[in-house]
Amino acid sequence: MRFGVVRFPGSCDEEDALHACRRFGEGELLWHEDREVRGVDAVVVPGGFTYGDYLRVGAIAALSPVMAAVRDFAREGGPVLGICNGFQVLCEARLLPGALLPNVGLRFTCREVEIEVANGSSPFTVACAPGRRLTVPVKHFTGRFHAPARELDAIETRGQVVFRYAAGQNPNGSERDIAGVSNEAGNVLGLMPHPEHASDPLTGSSDGGLVFESLARWVEATGGTVPVGSASPGWSPATAGRHTSSAVSA
Amino acid sequence: MRVRVLIRPKKGILDPQGQAVERALPALGFDGVSGVRVGRLVELDVEDPERLGEVCEKLLANPLIEDYEIEELTPAGAEAR
Repeated sequence: MRFGVVRFPGSCDEEDALHACRRFGEGELLWHEDREVRGVDAVVVPGGFTYGDYLRVGAIAALSPVMAAVRDFAREGGPVLGICNGFQVLCEARLLPGALLPNVGLRFTCREVEIEVANGSSPFTVACAPGRRLTVPVKHFTGRFHAPARELDAIETRGQVVFRYAAGQNPNGSERDIAGVSNEAGNVLGLMPHPEHASDPLTGSSDGGLVFESLARWVEATGGTVPVGSASPGWSPATAGRHTSSAVSA
Repeated sequence: MRVRVLIRPKKGILDPQGQAVERALPALGFDGVSGVRVGRLVELDVEDPERLGEVCEKLLANPLIEDYEIEELTPAGAEAR
Protein backbone atom coordinates (compact mmCIF):
# COMPACT_ATOMS: atom_id res chain seq x y z
CA MET A 1 0.00 0.00 0.00
CA ARG A 2 1.59 3.25 -1.13
CA PHE A 3 0.24 6.65 -0.19
CA GLY A 4 1.24 9.76 -2.10
CA VAL A 5 1.04 13.06 -0.22
CA VAL A 6 0.95 16.16 -2.41
CA ARG A 7 3.18 19.03 -1.39
CA PHE A 8 2.31 22.47 -2.77
CA PRO A 9 4.08 25.73 -2.09
CA GLY A 10 2.31 26.73 1.13
CA SER A 11 1.44 23.23 2.32
CA CYS A 12 2.20 22.78 6.01
CA ASP A 13 0.68 19.46 7.09
CA GLU A 14 2.32 17.15 4.59
CA GLU A 15 4.90 15.80 7.05
CA ASP A 16 2.25 14.82 9.58
CA ALA A 17 0.21 13.28 6.78
CA LEU A 18 3.24 11.26 5.67
CA HIS A 19 3.81 10.16 9.24
CA ALA A 20 0.19 8.97 9.49
CA CYS A 21 0.42 7.18 6.14
CA ARG A 22 3.62 5.41 7.14
CA ARG A 23 1.95 3.91 10.17
CA PHE A 24 -0.23 1.87 7.83
CA GLY A 25 1.76 1.63 4.61
CA GLU A 26 4.44 3.35 2.60
CA GLY A 27 4.30 7.06 2.01
CA GLU A 28 5.99 9.41 -0.41
CA LEU A 29 5.69 13.05 -1.37
CA LEU A 30 4.29 14.20 -4.68
CA TRP A 31 5.14 17.70 -5.91
CA HIS A 32 2.69 20.29 -7.22
CA GLU A 33 4.41 20.30 -10.62
CA ASP A 34 4.19 16.52 -11.02
CA ARG A 35 2.14 15.43 -13.99
CA GLU A 36 1.45 11.96 -12.67
CA VAL A 37 0.81 10.40 -9.28
CA ARG A 38 3.64 7.86 -9.72
CA GLY A 39 1.56 4.74 -9.31
CA VAL A 40 0.50 5.33 -5.70
CA ASP A 41 -2.60 3.56 -4.34
CA ALA A 42 -4.07 6.60 -2.59
CA VAL A 43 -3.49 10.34 -2.78
CA VAL A 44 -3.60 12.69 0.20
CA VAL A 45 -4.03 16.42 -0.39
CA PRO A 46 -2.86 17.88 2.91
CA GLY A 47 -3.59 21.05 4.80
CA GLY A 48 -1.86 24.38 4.50
CA PHE A 49 -2.21 27.61 2.59
CA THR A 50 -1.52 26.58 -0.99
CA TYR A 51 -0.11 29.38 -3.13
CA GLY A 52 -0.93 31.74 -0.29
CA ASP A 53 -4.62 30.89 -0.73
CA TYR A 54 -4.83 33.94 -2.96
CA LEU A 55 -8.14 34.79 -4.59
CA ARG A 56 -10.07 32.07 -2.73
CA VAL A 57 -8.80 29.24 -0.57
CA GLY A 58 -7.65 26.39 -2.78
CA ALA A 59 -8.57 28.13 -6.04
CA ILE A 60 -5.07 28.40 -7.49
CA ALA A 61 -3.94 24.98 -6.29
CA ALA A 62 -6.93 23.41 -8.02
CA LEU A 63 -5.35 24.45 -11.33
CA SER A 64 -1.85 23.07 -10.62
CA PRO A 65 -0.37 20.33 -12.84
CA VAL A 66 -0.56 17.68 -10.12
CA MET A 67 -4.27 18.27 -9.68
CA ALA A 68 -4.87 17.32 -13.31
CA ALA A 69 -3.16 14.02 -12.49
CA VAL A 70 -5.16 13.67 -9.28
CA ARG A 71 -8.34 14.30 -11.24
CA ASP A 72 -7.47 11.46 -13.65
CA PHE A 73 -6.59 9.21 -10.71
CA ALA A 74 -9.95 9.97 -9.07
CA ARG A 75 -11.86 9.39 -12.30
CA GLU A 76 -10.35 5.95 -12.51
CA GLY A 77 -11.68 5.26 -9.01
CA GLY A 78 -8.51 5.84 -7.02
CA PRO A 79 -9.05 7.07 -3.46
CA VAL A 80 -8.24 10.72 -2.75
CA LEU A 81 -8.29 12.23 0.73
CA GLY A 82 -8.31 16.01 1.14
CA ILE A 83 -7.73 17.43 4.60
CA CYS A 84 -8.56 21.03 5.53
CA ASN A 85 -6.96 23.09 2.75
CA GLY A 86 -6.88 19.83 0.77
CA PHE A 87 -10.68 19.69 1.15
CA GLN A 88 -10.89 23.27 -0.12
CA VAL A 89 -8.65 22.41 -3.08
CA LEU A 90 -10.82 19.39 -4.00
CA CYS A 91 -13.98 21.52 -3.85
CA GLU A 92 -12.39 24.18 -6.05
CA ALA A 93 -11.27 21.42 -8.43
CA ARG A 94 -14.95 20.34 -8.49
CA LEU A 95 -13.98 16.86 -7.41
CA LEU A 96 -16.23 17.37 -4.40
CA PRO A 97 -19.59 19.10 -4.09
CA GLY A 98 -20.03 22.36 -2.24
CA ALA A 99 -17.64 25.02 -1.06
CA LEU A 100 -15.95 26.15 2.14
CA LEU A 101 -16.76 29.61 3.49
CA PRO A 102 -15.31 31.63 6.38
CA ASN A 103 -16.29 30.35 9.81
CA VAL A 104 -19.49 31.84 11.16
CA GLY A 105 -17.67 33.36 14.13
CA LEU A 106 -14.99 34.89 11.87
CA ARG A 107 -12.37 33.34 14.12
CA PHE A 108 -9.56 30.99 13.32
CA THR A 109 -10.56 27.94 15.35
CA CYS A 110 -7.91 25.59 16.70
CA ARG A 111 -9.12 22.87 19.06
CA GLU A 112 -10.08 19.24 19.35
CA VAL A 113 -13.58 18.30 18.21
CA GLU A 114 -15.61 15.12 18.24
CA ILE A 115 -16.79 13.83 14.92
CA GLU A 116 -19.08 10.91 14.19
CA VAL A 117 -18.74 8.39 11.42
CA ALA A 118 -21.90 8.95 9.37
CA ASN A 119 -21.05 6.42 6.65
CA GLY A 120 -19.09 3.42 7.86
CA SER A 121 -18.76 1.74 4.47
CA SER A 122 -16.67 4.42 2.83
CA PRO A 123 -13.07 3.56 1.85
CA PHE A 124 -12.07 6.07 4.52
CA THR A 125 -14.07 4.56 7.38
CA VAL A 126 -14.15 0.77 6.90
CA ALA A 127 -11.88 0.33 9.93
CA CYS A 128 -14.32 2.24 12.16
CA ALA A 129 -17.01 0.54 14.20
CA PRO A 130 -20.52 1.76 13.34
CA GLY A 131 -21.31 5.05 15.06
CA ARG A 132 -17.69 5.46 16.13
CA ARG A 133 -16.73 8.88 17.43
CA LEU A 134 -13.29 10.26 16.68
CA THR A 135 -11.49 12.97 18.61
CA VAL A 136 -9.45 15.03 16.14
CA PRO A 137 -8.30 18.64 15.98
CA VAL A 138 -9.56 21.37 13.68
CA LYS A 139 -7.51 24.45 12.81
CA HIS A 140 -8.98 26.67 10.18
CA PHE A 141 -10.62 29.96 9.33
CA THR A 142 -12.50 28.87 6.22
CA GLY A 143 -14.25 25.64 7.15
CA ARG A 144 -17.96 26.31 6.88
CA PHE A 145 -19.26 23.71 4.44
CA HIS A 146 -21.94 25.05 2.15
CA ALA A 147 -23.97 23.61 -0.68
CA PRO A 148 -27.40 24.60 -2.02
CA ALA A 149 -30.22 23.00 0.00
CA ARG A 150 -31.30 20.68 -2.79
CA GLU A 151 -27.75 19.45 -3.25
CA LEU A 152 -27.41 18.92 0.50
CA ASP A 153 -30.49 16.69 0.38
CA ALA A 154 -28.99 14.70 -2.47
CA ILE A 155 -25.64 14.41 -0.70
CA GLU A 156 -27.37 13.05 2.40
CA THR A 157 -29.54 10.61 0.46
CA ARG A 158 -26.56 9.17 -1.35
CA GLY A 159 -24.56 8.63 1.83
CA GLN A 160 -21.94 11.18 0.87
CA VAL A 161 -21.80 12.63 4.38
CA VAL A 162 -18.98 10.54 5.80
CA PHE A 163 -18.25 12.52 8.97
CA ARG A 164 -20.47 14.81 11.01
CA TYR A 165 -19.56 17.03 13.94
CA ALA A 166 -21.04 15.56 17.09
CA ALA A 167 -23.91 17.52 18.67
CA GLY A 168 -22.68 20.88 19.91
CA GLN A 169 -19.24 20.41 18.34
CA ASN A 170 -19.68 22.22 15.02
CA PRO A 171 -16.77 24.69 15.10
CA ASN A 172 -17.54 26.72 11.99
CA GLY A 173 -21.25 26.75 11.18
CA SER A 174 -21.06 24.01 8.54
CA GLU A 175 -24.47 23.18 7.20
CA ARG A 176 -26.06 20.07 8.70
CA ASP A 177 -22.94 19.63 10.86
CA ILE A 178 -21.10 18.18 7.89
CA ALA A 179 -17.43 17.63 8.72
CA GLY A 180 -16.48 15.35 5.85
CA VAL A 181 -18.13 14.76 2.49
CA SER A 182 -17.38 12.45 -0.43
CA ASN A 183 -18.06 12.63 -4.13
CA GLU A 184 -20.94 10.65 -5.55
CA ALA A 185 -18.75 7.65 -6.37
CA GLY A 186 -17.39 7.71 -2.83
CA ASN A 187 -13.68 7.54 -3.66
CA VAL A 188 -12.91 11.20 -2.99
CA LEU A 189 -13.29 12.52 0.55
CA GLY A 190 -12.69 15.96 1.99
CA LEU A 191 -12.83 16.82 5.67
CA MET A 192 -11.92 19.87 7.72
CA PRO A 193 -10.72 18.07 10.88
CA HIS A 194 -7.17 16.76 10.80
CA PRO A 195 -6.94 12.97 11.25
CA GLU A 196 -3.20 13.14 10.48
CA HIS A 197 -2.56 15.29 13.56
CA ALA A 198 -4.24 12.66 15.74
CA SER A 199 -2.72 9.50 14.37
CA ASP A 200 -0.03 8.85 16.95
CA PRO A 201 -0.65 8.15 20.67
CA LEU A 202 2.09 10.69 21.37
CA THR A 203 -0.27 13.51 20.39
CA GLY A 204 -3.08 12.46 22.72
CA SER A 205 -5.74 11.04 20.46
CA SER A 206 -4.78 8.55 17.79
CA ASP A 207 -8.34 8.24 16.48
CA GLY A 208 -7.42 9.91 13.20
CA GLY A 209 -5.24 6.93 12.37
CA LEU A 210 -8.46 5.03 11.63
CA VAL A 211 -8.92 7.04 8.45
CA PHE A 212 -5.52 5.97 7.14
CA GLU A 213 -5.97 2.44 8.41
CA SER A 214 -9.33 2.28 6.62
CA LEU A 215 -7.73 3.36 3.36
CA ALA A 216 -4.96 0.79 3.71
CA ARG A 217 -7.47 -1.98 4.46
CA TRP A 218 -9.76 -0.91 1.69
CA VAL A 219 -6.99 -0.83 -0.90
CA GLU A 220 -5.86 -4.26 0.21
CA ALA A 221 -9.39 -5.69 0.03
CA THR A 222 -10.45 -4.14 -3.27
CA GLY A 223 -7.27 -3.62 -5.23
CA GLY A 224 -7.67 0.07 -4.73
CA THR A 225 -10.22 1.35 -7.18
CA VAL A 226 -13.92 1.94 -7.05
CA PRO A 227 -15.62 -0.84 -8.99
CA VAL A 228 -17.72 0.46 -11.83
CA GLY A 229 -21.13 -1.10 -12.30
CA SER A 230 -21.11 -3.53 -9.39
CA ALA A 231 -21.34 -3.38 -5.64
CA SER A 232 -18.57 -4.95 -3.61
CA PRO A 233 -17.79 -5.41 0.08
CA GLY A 234 -16.93 -2.17 1.74
CA TRP A 235 -18.69 -0.33 -0.97
CA SER A 236 -21.91 1.62 -0.63
CA PRO A 237 -24.53 0.05 -2.92
CA ALA A 238 -26.12 3.45 -3.31
CA THR A 239 -23.12 4.69 -5.19
CA ALA A 240 -21.90 1.61 -6.99
CA GLY A 241 -21.93 1.97 -10.72
CA ARG A 242 -22.40 5.69 -10.60
CA HIS A 243 -18.97 6.74 -11.41
CA THR A 244 -19.44 10.30 -12.51
CA SER A 245 -19.50 12.90 -9.79
CA SER A 246 -22.32 15.36 -10.17
CA ALA A 247 -19.87 17.97 -8.97
CA VAL A 248 -17.74 17.50 -12.06
CA SER A 249 -20.55 18.30 -14.41
CA ALA A 250 -22.13 20.94 -12.19
CA MET B 1 -10.02 46.19 -23.06
CA ARG B 2 -9.77 47.07 -19.41
CA VAL B 3 -12.52 45.56 -17.30
CA ARG B 4 -13.52 45.42 -13.70
CA VAL B 5 -15.06 42.31 -12.22
CA LEU B 6 -17.12 42.74 -9.08
CA ILE B 7 -17.53 39.57 -7.06
CA ARG B 8 -19.92 39.29 -4.16
CA PRO B 9 -21.40 36.55 -1.98
CA LYS B 10 -24.54 35.14 -3.55
CA LYS B 11 -27.82 36.28 -2.14
CA GLY B 12 -28.75 34.05 0.79
CA ILE B 13 -25.15 33.11 1.58
CA LEU B 14 -24.28 34.11 5.11
CA ASP B 15 -21.56 36.77 4.99
CA PRO B 16 -19.97 37.03 8.44
CA GLN B 17 -17.48 39.58 7.13
CA GLY B 18 -20.30 41.88 6.09
CA GLN B 19 -21.97 41.34 9.46
CA ALA B 20 -18.76 42.23 11.31
CA VAL B 21 -18.41 45.46 9.33
CA GLU B 22 -22.06 46.26 9.93
CA ARG B 23 -21.69 45.75 13.66
CA ALA B 24 -18.58 47.94 13.79
CA LEU B 25 -20.19 50.96 12.15
CA PRO B 26 -22.35 52.12 15.09
CA ALA B 27 -19.17 52.34 17.20
CA LEU B 28 -18.07 55.12 14.87
CA GLY B 29 -21.41 56.85 15.10
CA PHE B 30 -22.68 55.59 11.75
CA ASP B 31 -26.18 54.46 12.49
CA GLY B 32 -28.75 53.32 10.00
CA VAL B 33 -26.41 51.18 7.89
CA SER B 34 -27.61 47.68 7.10
CA GLY B 35 -27.32 44.93 4.53
CA VAL B 36 -23.51 45.14 4.37
CA ARG B 37 -21.95 42.56 2.06
CA VAL B 38 -18.23 42.30 1.47
CA GLY B 39 -16.93 41.09 -1.88
CA ARG B 40 -13.90 41.40 -4.09
CA LEU B 41 -12.87 43.55 -7.02
CA VAL B 42 -10.56 42.43 -9.82
CA GLU B 43 -9.38 44.71 -12.63
CA LEU B 44 -7.76 43.28 -15.71
CA ASP B 45 -6.82 43.90 -19.33
CA VAL B 46 -8.28 41.33 -21.68
CA GLU B 47 -7.54 40.78 -25.34
CA ASP B 48 -10.58 38.61 -25.91
CA PRO B 49 -13.61 39.89 -23.98
CA GLU B 50 -15.62 36.99 -25.37
CA ARG B 51 -13.81 34.66 -22.99
CA LEU B 52 -14.28 36.84 -19.94
CA GLY B 53 -17.32 34.92 -18.74
CA GLU B 54 -15.28 31.76 -18.74
CA VAL B 55 -12.47 33.50 -16.86
CA CYS B 56 -14.96 34.51 -14.19
CA GLU B 57 -16.70 31.15 -13.97
CA LYS B 58 -13.53 29.12 -13.87
CA LEU B 59 -11.31 31.19 -11.64
CA LEU B 60 -12.24 34.69 -10.52
CA ALA B 61 -15.53 33.65 -8.92
CA ASN B 62 -16.88 30.40 -7.54
CA PRO B 63 -20.38 30.36 -9.06
CA LEU B 64 -21.63 28.14 -6.27
CA ILE B 65 -21.19 30.84 -3.67
CA GLU B 66 -20.49 34.06 -5.57
CA ASP B 67 -22.12 36.28 -8.17
CA TYR B 68 -20.06 38.42 -10.45
CA GLU B 69 -20.63 41.44 -12.58
CA ILE B 70 -18.41 42.72 -15.38
CA GLU B 71 -17.91 46.43 -15.99
CA GLU B 72 -16.12 47.78 -19.04
CA LEU B 73 -13.64 50.46 -18.05
CA THR B 74 -12.37 51.21 -21.56
CA PRO B 75 -14.18 50.04 -24.66
CA ALA B 76 -12.35 47.82 -27.14
CA GLY B 77 -10.09 49.81 -29.46
CA ALA B 78 -10.03 52.90 -27.25
CA GLU B 79 -6.65 52.04 -25.80
CA ALA B 80 -4.37 53.37 -28.52
CA ARG B 81 -1.07 54.23 -26.87
